[in-house]
Amino acid sequence: MTEASDTFRVEAAELLDTLQAGLMELEKTPGDLGLVDSVFRALHTIKGSGAMFGYTAAAAFVHEFETVFDGVRKGRTPASPALIRIALGACDHIHALVQSPDAGDTGGEPILDALREAVGSSTREPKMAAERASAAAPVPGWRVRFRLPSDALILGTSPILLLEELSAFGPCDIRAIIGGVPELGALDPEASYLGWDVTLHADVPRESVEDVFMFLAMAGDDLLIEPLDAAEPGTVGLHAEDGEANNLSVGHAAPANVQDAATGAGRSDGGNGANPARSFRVDKAGTSLRVPAERLDSLMDRVGELVIAQARLSQLASVSTDQNLKSVAEDMERLSASLRDTTMGIRMVPIGSLFGRFRRLVHDLSHDLGKEIDFVTSGEETELDKTMIEQLADPLVHLIRNAADHGLERPDARLARGKSTTGTLRLSAVYAGAEVAISIADDGAGLDAGRIRAKAVEAGLISADQALAESELFQLIFHPGFSTAKEVTALSGRGVGMDVVKKTIESLRGSIDIASRPGQGTTATLRLPLTLAIIDGLLVRVGDGCYTIPLAAVEECVELPPETAVSPKGRSFLNVRGALVPYLRLREIFRTDAPADLHPKVVIVSSGDTRVGLVVDQIIGNNQTVIKQLSRLHAGLKTFSGATILGDGSVALILDVLNLVGSSQDGEDRSVGKSFGRAA
Amino acid sequence: MNTRENSHATMRALTMRLDDETFAIDAESVREILEVVPVTRVPNASDAVFGLINVRGSVVPLADFRVLFGMDRREATEDTRIVVVEVRLDDERLVAGLLADKVHEVVDLDADAQEAAPRVGMRWPAEFVQGIARRNDAFVIIPNVEKIFATLAAA
Repeated sequence: MTEASDTFRVEAAELLDTLQAGLMELEKTPGDLGLVDSVFRALHTIKGSGAMFGYTAAAAFVHEFETVFDGVRKGRTPASPALIRIALGACDHIHALVQSPDAGDTGGEPILDALREAVGSSTREPKMAAERASAAAPVPGWRVRFRLPSDALILGTSPILLLEELSAFGPCDIRAIIGGVPELGALDPEASYLGWDVTLHADVPRESVEDVFMFLAMAGDDLLIEPLDAAEPGTVGLHAEDGEANNLSVGHAAPANVQDAATGAGRSDGGNGANPARSFRVDKAGTSLRVPAERLDSLMDRVGELVIAQARLSQLASVSTDQNLKSVAEDMERLSASLRDTTMGIRMVPIGSLFGRFRRLVHDLSHDLGKEIDFVTSGEETELDKTMIEQLADPLVHLIRNAADHGLERPDARLARGKSTTGTLRLSAVYAGAEVAISIADDGAGLDAGRIRAKAVEAGLISADQALAESELFQLIFHPGFSTAKEVTALSGRGVGMDVVKKTIESLRGSIDIASRPGQGTTATLRLPLTLAIIDGLLVRVGDGCYTIPLAAVEECVELPPETAVSPKGRSFLNVRGALVPYLRLREIFRTDAPADLHPKVVIVSSGDTRVGLVVDQIIGNNQTVIKQLSRLHAGLKTFSGATILGDGSVALILDVLNLVGSSQDGEDRSVGKSFGRAA
Repeated sequence: MNTRENSHATMRALTMRLDDETFAIDAESVREILEVVPVTRVPNASDAVFGLINVRGSVVPLADFRVLFGMDRREATEDTRIVVVEVRLDDERLVAGLLADKVHEVVDLDADAQEAAPRVGMRWPAEFVQGIARRNDAFVIIPNVEKIFATLAAA
């Protein structure tokens, strides 16, 4: 039960995200009834699952929330910003109720009152509508016959809940169809054999009835919904000869009637987008399955080992004359590559899942700070390793808070500077070679380089006369000892400093860079590797050592022309089809004394929009590279991002392209850090 | 590894030779002893952790204590072994290989025969030595492996 309860909590958190996203969209397009429906679906699922797992306080609150919000759904009340804000508060309250169900519901009533007030007097109307409907009763109702798929119970569908939903519409006559039940010997206790014949005396639209079954893949003879003929009392039930079964089903349905009577019959119509009995979600695109992350991690480890073993096999096959062995090795190579890609794919999650949360954050910030903020996101479809996405949340929250709190000016200040009163915050993600670049840009006041310098001198981080490039100066704000007094507000006082942001990003083998222009805004750019596990690599030889370059960063390989080959140490450029590309001699960087190759090659790699050539002795070929972290003993080496094991069992180091490109950019100003020329 | 309270008990240790000195390492921390395997040199790394080796699919740093104890580095001989140890470093597990000119045996070092490293008069940094034991009328150096790795990690 605790496991199921945990599942519910995780699911509820996701549903609340959906709910919030829906509410905020609704604020922009108040008339979008599709959105209203999606909001209702989320609410309904939380209510249903919550009740099932014993979260009664949460379920009760959601129930009330749903009732009150119905006015919006019916189109009587527009989704005003004030209403949305109260609704968002209600989301928080639901979250609290779900996370600590034993705390009891205190404070829910004021939210509901505020909500009722915002919606108007509509709470009473559904009941009246229902009364009207039952008084007039021109349409007798529906006859619903359904038979669940035999695996429905295993998948978590509860027929009782379906019947309860139906009986919530109005008086029901429910009969079980027991014709499908096999002999006891052939009976599978987990299979569903029963069908039901429900005569529903309620004037509800057909869609509402269909919605009850929305999440069950039932069609044709399994689900029949026919209007009840007024002349026919609806007691035809072909297999309903068994009075006991009849009693049994009605007995189940009765409590639902009692429970729902208070809400009024008109409420539940169409709100039943999700089957509350589901323990995991099934969407239209297919079945999704929740798997603990550590299982994926161990799968990834196994795949990593397989890839190494496969590389050894390929190497053995390459020196063998056995054609059968060669063909098996080729099959293995293909299979392990596709297994690797599939496994990686499982772990990849679109970053949009993270962006959704920030929409709420910015919404609240905008309200709390009294600043109008237009939050623009792009690149939601960009995928990153799940582990990485989880760890990115906190740093991004901090950067967004910073941008909203300190970056954007107040509306009057913006007006005085000739800007629109609404500030813009842009959150975007793009692929950049082997990396993903995530940037948070505001169009606010920009960083005050003078003030940062003064603070840094005061904190003893730099000397008063130390010459620093602007990008280096901005990097100082990530220093643990750096904080400006004005920065401590209720909003940013969350204990996560910019130094923690930087540390988190670097622990993910990423980097962070700040660019700013006075009066025009600040952009923080995070660069992260796509994955932490396996990459395609280009294997090269420098001196007597083999090294791997992440293939995604490689643009092309060219010969090193002899005339440039003689130029001395320092900044050397290569002419690649008219463009000058700086190059680094890895022999010099690695201080190798093995004899040089007569015809050195240049591997041109890129990071962002910067290109650099790496001069190597030999290009060996592509390989699948399982990234192994370097131990702490080698953590200080910035040139390498990790190591890998080659087919022959030897170890090869993986070049940190980002850092090499950075060091070529820094040139002679000998800063080893990670500023790579993105400063404006 | 063992700390001061171990000096009241016997210490089971693996003894090995480096140059003409005998070293003893807590047998608890020794994972395995390997013949010499191909070593990948790590450019620009300190000579004390000059390389990487493949230990059963894991990439493991290889340390040469000769460098730390003021001895000259030397080529591997047929007696050379790699002692793979596992120590804790700030609550993290660190697996590393140590080069040994020769691995002797596992012995019980008598607590009474152990003494703290003298602060002066040694040709190596005192904090790298946890203690000196006496065995068969010879001195055995007990290096402080955790401290050594912590120092190397901070470099």
